[in-house]
Amino acid sequence: MNIQIRKFYYGDIPEENTGGSTIPQQDSGAQNAWPLWEVFIRSKQGLDHKHAGSLHAADAQMAIENARDVYTRRQEGVSLWVVESTHIHASNPDDADSLYEPAADKIYRHPTFYDLPDEVKHM
Amino acid sequence: MDQLITYSLHLADTTLILAQRNAEWCAHGPILEQDIAITNITLDLIGQSRNFYQYAATLINQSAEAVAEPATEDSLAYLRTEREYKNLLITELPNGDWANTILRQFFFSVFQFGLLEQLQKGSDAQLAAIAEKSIKETTYHVKWSSEWVIRLGDGTEESHQRMINAIHNLWTYTGEFFIPAVYEKDVLPHVDFDALKSAWLEKITEIFTEATLSVPPASFMQTGGKTGHHTEHLGFILTDLQHLQKTYPGAEW
Amino acid sequence: MELIDLEKKFQEKIDKEIKIEPLDWMPEAYRKTNVRQISQHAHSEIVGMLPEGNWISRAPSLKRKAILIAKVQDEAGHGLYLYSAAETLGTSREQMIDDLHSGKAKYSSIFNYPTLTWADMGAVGWLVDGAAILNQVMLCRTSYGPYARAMVRICKEESFHQRQGFESLIVLSKGTAEQKAMCQDAINRWWWPSLMMFGPKDSESTNSDQSMKWKIKRKTNDELRQNFVDMIAEQVKLLGMTLPDPDLKWNEATKHYDFGEINWEEFWNVVKGNGPCNRQRLEARNKAHKEGDWVRAAALAHAEKRKNKLAKQDLAVA
Ligand SMILES: [Fe+2]
Ligand SMILES: [Fe+2]
Ligand SMILES: [Fe+2]
Repeated sequence: MNIQIRKFYYGDIPEENTGGSTIPQQDSGAQNAWPLWEVFIRSKQGLDHKHAGSLHAADAQMAIENARDVYTRRQEGVSLWVVESTHIHASNPDDADSLYEPAADKIYRHPTFYDLPDEVKHM
Repeated sequence: MDQLITYSLHLADTTLILAQRNAEWCAHGPILEQDIAITNITLDLIGQSRNFYQYAATLINQSAEAVAEPATEDSLAYLRTEREYKNLLITELPNGDWANTILRQFFFSVFQFGLLEQLQKGSDAQLAAIAEKSIKETTYHVKWSSEWVIRLGDGTEESHQRMINAIHNLWTYTGEFFIPAVYEKDVLPHVDFDALKSAWLEKITEIFTEATLSVPPASFMQTGGKTGHHTEHLGFILTDLQHLQKTYPGAEW
Repeated sequence: MELIDLEKKFQEKIDKEIKIEPLDWMPEAYRKTNVRQISQHAHSEIVGMLPEGNWISRAPSLKRKAILIAKVQDEAGHGLYLYSAAETLGTSREQMIDDLHSGKAKYSSIFNYPTLTWADMGAVGWLVDGAAILNQVMLCRTSYGPYARAMVRICKEESFHQRQGFESLIVLSKGTAEQKAMCQDAINRWWWPSLMMFGPKDSESTNSDQSMKWKIKRKTNDELRQNFVDMIAEQVKLLGMTLPDPDLKWNEATKHYDFGEINWEEFWNVVKGNGPCNRQRLEARNKAHKEGDWVRAAALAHAEKRKNKLAKQDLAVA
């Protein structure tokens, strides 16, 4: 596939137009990059923790505090979980059909499948 | 009453000047997450200082014999001079590196925590109320800064050395916490400053031990901030802080 | 599956408004375009902290100081969310930051203009955040899931940025003669650069527009720019100020404002590094990162020590 994208957008400036204030680089410092963590927030007592985003931290304790500082500045949560991103295992999107499609025809699992006389209220 | 006003101003000035210093990190922190973290502390401190200024302004306006211009948080923060400012010296020192900044925060927050506990127990209802709100913030500041002290003290050789330098820079400014000014003794007759100091030293020692750092021996301590005798730095801070209010007197922003 | 089928399936998903997620198959060019656009967007948020950060120490009241700090801090958060979104595509934040610092990656040119007076804080909030919000609202529906979700969070936070800017200009516009002049001067200086934020004209581009087809971008530069002009041309009246464009006038036929020609030479010059503050901005970012290096190293070293200590304790217990 050989697509040429020539249209430029806000926050999207084409590479060939770079230039000017290029500052010579020494080392990248990449060896000191902190690991990535996923953040889960319980927004209210009684609700599940929900994925909110990610961040970098040197260890779990710092990850929790960073999550507090980054993701709860507007009272978004009452409890936090953090998990180092490398520890998350995801299902393969290519398997989606075989994993999730088979549930589609089991309509008898849903309460609306059953016709009951109106006299039976609330069941 | 005058003593209470002065004391409130001392608390307000101290938190404002520390906020002003910490705010210098905003957009310049060592990593995004920590840029955001220290800025949260800055915002807490500004909030605290505004509460103290507002209280001072209320007291001034109640006591003054009909002044034309009532005092406000901004008139107190923006129109008082170097010698009128009563902040602790340690807050006006330049930030230095990250080690110096987090160590100052640690020294200050541990002290402030003990003080706020006392204010909560004090006879002045408004100070007690502000203290009650502030102490939750300060609890986090203590935690955050303690962890950084441990991390840098027991991190790399370089970070350890930088912590030693920071201790060397700051130690002589910690005595001022516990040497009460006349107005402090007056407002806080129930506070035992020696006990406050022992509790502070105990916490410092605990964290320093974990950080593999040693607590310096008792030595000469700088004082003067509480009575308006400052370092040379304060003048520059105020020049910046008060620039617009002084250039355009009386304007609303 | 054949590449051609994968591409077809991919495009079908896009057409059906199904979001693309990190582990889904995607054309390499889609990945690259997203990394470039998201990281440039992230860089813009981070570099954008500098011109406003510049006035934090001098904010004229404690309330304004708190607002400004909170706003600049929000931009740090936005940069963080966006770097995270780009990281899901397999490029590390460190790599992106290196590209910014070396001058290889770009950021929005608007932040290469200086903030000269306090009124610039209002003008930046109103015009620059205002222009950014139009783009960001559109991007909430962009096709790449993590980017779209980051934008939703960002838009929620942005909503106070433009308002605080406009409100502070209202105060200036009702203030002393000096304040009014300061207000008009800031609008004059920020108006054209804000229009440039939307990028070159649509007509500059001749080829098929892949970004639109992939729904990374959902409106063209000119569409967004016109939205912006229509919005600001009305709001400026509330300030009793004017926009520095003699050609600006309502067009009854199009139901839009007509406006004058942007100085494209200036635009490309600033993009290429010749703006008033390009060098200072990059230097400031480089400095912060470089001076943070030992801090990041120490935190890692300590985390490692702590882990080892815990492991030893576990062994002892066992
Ligand atoms: Fe922005
Ligand atoms: Fe933003
Ligand atoms: Fe913004």
